[in-house]
Amino acid sequence: MRVELIRRPLPSPAMAWATPPLAVLLTMLAGAALFSLLGYDGPAAVREIFLTPVLSRDTWQDLAIKAAPLILIAVGLGIGFRAGVWNIGAEGQYIAGGLAGTGVALATWEMQGVWILPAMVVAGVLGGMAWAAVPALLRTRLQVNEILTTLMLTYVAVQLLNYLMRGPWRDPQGFGFPQTRLFTEWQVLPLLPGTFVHIGAVVALGVALLAWFVMARTVFGLRVRTVGAAPAAARHAGFGEGDTVWATLLLSGGLAGLAGIFEAAGPFAQMVPQFPTGYGFTAIIVAFLGRLHPIGAVLAGLVLAVSYVGGEIAQSSLGLPAAAAGVFQALMLFFLLGADVLVRYRLVLTQRVRP
Amino acid sequence: MTALDIAPTPVPATLRLELRGVTKRFPRVLANDNVDLSVAPGEIHALLGENGAGKSTLVKMIYGLMAPDAGTLSWEGTPRTITSPKEARRLGINMVFQHFSLFEAMSVLDNIALGLDERLPRRRLEARIRAVLDTYGLSLDPRRSVATLSVGERQRIEIVRALLVEPKLLIMDEPTSVLTPQEAEQLFATLRALAERGCAILYISHKLHEIRALCARATILRGGRVVAACEPRHESPASLAEMMIGARPRRVEKARPRPGPVKLALEGLSLPGEGDFGVTLEALSLEVRGGEIVGIAGVAGNGQSELFLALSGERLCAPEAVTLNGHPAGRLRPEERRAHGLSAVPEERLGHAGVPEFSLSENTLLTARHRRALVSRALVRPRRAAAFAAEVIARFDVRTTGPRAPAAALSGGNLQKFVVGREILQAPEVLVVSQPTWGVDAGAAAAIHQALADLAAGGAAILVISQDLDELFALTDRLAVLNGGRLSAPEDTASVSVERIGLLMGGLHGEGPHAR
Amino acid sequence: MTDTILISILMTVATASTPILLAALGELVAEKSGVLNLGVEGMMLIGAVAGFAAAVTTGTAALGLVAAMAAGTCAALLFAAIVLGLAANQVATGLALTIFGVGFSALAGESFVGRTVEPLAPLFPDALAGEGWTRLLFGHDPLVYASLALTAAVAWFLSRTRAGLILRAVGEADRSAHSIGYPVLWVRAAAVAFGGAMAGLAGSYYSLLLTPMWSEELTAGRGWIALALVVFAAWRPGRLLLGAWLFGGVATLELHTKAAGITLFAPEFLAAMPYLATIAVLALISLGRGLGARAPACLGKSFKPA
Repeated sequence: MRVELIRRPLPSPAMAWATPPLAVLLTMLAGAALFSLLGYDGPAAVREIFLTPVLSRDTWQDLAIKAAPLILIAVGLGIGFRAGVWNIGAEGQYIAGGLAGTGVALATWEMQGVWILPAMVVAGVLGGMAWAAVPALLRTRLQVNEILTTLMLTYVAVQLLNYLMRGPWRDPQGFGFPQTRLFTEWQVLPLLPGTFVHIGAVVALGVALLAWFVMARTVFGLRVRTVGAAPAAARHAGFGEGDTVWATLLLSGGLAGLAGIFEAAGPFAQMVPQFPTGYGFTAIIVAFLGRLHPIGAVLAGLVLAVSYVGGEIAQSSLGLPAAAAGVFQALMLFFLLGADVLVRYRLVLTQRVRP
Repeated sequence: MTALDIAPTPVPATLRLELRGVTKRFPRVLANDNVDLSVAPGEIHALLGENGAGKSTLVKMIYGLMAPDAGTLSWEGTPRTITSPKEARRLGINMVFQHFSLFEAMSVLDNIALGLDERLPRRRLEARIRAVLDTYGLSLDPRRSVATLSVGERQRIEIVRALLVEPKLLIMDEPTSVLTPQEAEQLFATLRALAERGCAILYISHKLHEIRALCARATILRGGRVVAACEPRHESPASLAEMMIGARPRRVEKARPRPGPVKLALEGLSLPGEGDFGVTLEALSLEVRGGEIVGIAGVAGNGQSELFLALSGERLCAPEAVTLNGHPAGRLRPEERRAHGLSAVPEERLGHAGVPEFSLSENTLLTARHRRALVSRALVRPRRAAAFAAEVIARFDVRTTGPRAPAAALSGGNLQKFVVGREILQAPEVLVVSQPTWGVDAGAAAAIHQALADLAAGGAAILVISQDLDELFALTDRLAVLNGGRLSAPEDTASVSVERIGLLMGGLHGEGPHAR
Repeated sequence: MTDTILISILMTVATASTPILLAALGELVAEKSGVLNLGVEGMMLIGAVAGFAAAVTTGTAALGLVAAMAAGTCAALLFAAIVLGLAANQVATGLALTIFGVGFSALAGESFVGRTVEPLAPLFPDALAGEGWTRLLFGHDPLVYASLALTAAVAWFLSRTRAGLILRAVGEADRSAHSIGYPVLWVRAAAVAFGGAMAGLAGSYYSLLLTPMWSEELTAGRGWIALALVVFAAWRPGRLLLGAWLFGGVATLELHTKAAGITLFAPEFLAAMPYLATIAVLALISLGRGLGARAPACLGKSFKPA
């Protein structure tokens, strides 16, 4: 008796729906076991990370704040991955967007007007796009693989951030701390009435809906899907690969930049060296868990936001290290990718007949 | 004579290979159903059948690549289970694959070493290779990299690999599908010499005249079952075809008007080869008139794919090198060429002509979105796309569940009818089609040929790029040969001989269609 | 005097290049078999923390190296199980491995933060190494020599042995190798496991020799540079050595200008240099294609027999 993998003629839609929840479930089980092995209270860790945030009434605002950047970035990455463009440096584009927006904020610090915030947002998007334009240029002109370049630029963005915080952009009244001034009332995102959730959460939802429409109903969406699924068919159909690489990199970079300036003008309300929180990397997990679908990204963004919020809860209640949430998130991606075998293959128990 | 009569051939006491009741089931098909087959020492035995009849599955089980679900295999009189190619080779079974099992980036010597289970020092191996080449009168340079060799030479590597171990059974899977007629003759001579030394040969093909020329006995498969066993020499090609297909093959009905004005012209089309293994096109010139079907013969890898891409617009060339209806089109992209009345059907159905996981409806959008107004500005019009897909399905008798079915769910023949139909229903003035019936069953092939003939009768100019000489002779008015990136002057199909075309395919100047 | 500076610079180049060379050698073998493992950084971190933990617990740095290789191998086998056994996407799974490695190493290393170990002693006695130019020959730690020997061994293995030939064949044409009867997935699993062992060893070089202590993400993206190095080297071990030295030189520049108090550039700029240089080198390589830079034909593609 042995298990054999039999290729399905077509991917199974039922399994495509079933595997993300299955991956989350397996993550909980494996996570409990792993943390028990490491000497922590495994089941309690799983409870605190995955259940407490969902069951408690007052965490939804936290979830929305954490999910917003994840969704924004993951929607963009998902479109890129669909086209076979592996932008894994969203973290760098997120930082670049935050910095570009901050630059506008510092330049307009003594000014007033409703135009300031939109200008910051535009700068943030452009900053993210600029950071993604380098890999796009290198890939389309010189066939340099974007995986490595996008990632390398993340490290460069971090150093740029450190430099600006330590030097030119340091708050003159900040007692020498490496951080900028606090943004003014014209420079911070408005909150939803009666909450501390900034409007970035609403924008993220809107962006996801728009992206869904674009992918399903426009020629651009068709082009992206064709380039990713069958590059030769795309060339035959007249969908140029280079244009698609540019479009998807600028789009995902721009959305990461948007998430960056939303974070800077929202929860942070200034720029600090602790700005990079790994959203750009976690969003990769969100994109996959959401099956590279914009609406899937919303659901998966909420799941990952739960793990972030739950990680913080577990830190204070169980003394779990901050890295715990990251381990759970990585396990989730492992299990999802592993479980995906069920989408493409059928598991069959066979007995070899001795002829 | 009825199909199931087994001719009384004198069979030696011990059969080399005997299969009884072999069955292999895949998720959706019964690939082999209760198959019996026997091969005697020194016999060249044909395994005949259409694409999808189950020939490849059967030999994979003999070579240990798959395990049968039921049935027995006897080797030299003893029942055996062959679980790996290594074990098969240990018994003396060797196989030459249809799609060769070679390593492009490596030398001939490395390739042969990889196929041998015995470990030999380089020098000894090279000496033995040269000895085998001498014995069978073959030529091959062991030091060269496979990537620089012609298809015929590549096949020779596989054959040498098999001959080095003096096999008792050699399985040849569609060996001539990529050879010129002359190369095929040379291969037959080698096989006959091998058989005379007592080697049994299992020869898989769907080419009837070869089997009549070469094989003493034949087993015919259809739909996974043995439908006949016969002596091919005593059969006519028509009767063999009938056993293989289960019906009489249809002839293409040609009714063509006088050739009209030139619709597609190549003038000095040159294009550098892409990548390490690309072929450079050198100054191709050709004219195709309305109402005419012109064929491009040649062995794959002589510039066919480059020519196709240059015509479809996927690769650009000098503006005047390609003209469509008198418009210089060399710098036009695929969409712009379609606007000038061009349609193109690539050889690769899945991944080039269509996207496997897209529905048929979505697949129509790839090439027909402008000519059939399936999009308006930036938006897709899904209902129009579905209606067009349904029209193609109905007009070309595509067997499928409907426009929502993914392309990958269709059989090769039905998908080919769909992609050809998708282009023909756009009423192109110029149609370029590559390998229109490659790997397609006879029914679909006949339907596609008829559709092409009808399109030409309506005044379109058609260029068919194919490796299948039978197809080209049945379908075309004029025929040119592409060899090493150069195009011969076209000749009238009615008056040119197969031998002449074969010589042109071989390059006339001897060995090496790949010569650069 | 200038001699001493030059010697110390060259000594730093050797130490800076060694871990990257080790990790890149492992990745090169994996890629030659057709598997792209983007988890190098993650495996290095797992190796770094495992090596450090073992060394602290046992008090023997050499045991730390063994533990690091074992941990790296385990991480690689996890990757292999998903990518080879379950035919998952190699790019995504490699990323998952890196994210996992970052998190797991931080978690497992938490209790070791602030501890120190006795670093691995130089291979030759001080007397032999001396103070002058002989130090360049005899003054290094054992892993520097090991990395050079391993480079030669990998080069010899790939070009001269039958197993190496089979490994390359599997990476060039998996279907062909399968149809002749080679166990494609097992060959690849072995290559990936070797890559994991090397990455683990490379990671422990940071925690046991260079720092020597444990801190989160102490490899600081060097695993990615190792990946870029394999592309730079056009999948040839010899050129890998050249690339590693080049990179070691850039990294050393940062250290020495800082030490010399040169403030011409912001320190952050110098810290970003290795990454910028890597991008520049990748771009230059592409400009100079035709130097034989050809990836194994099956690199990154899933394979399932039948």
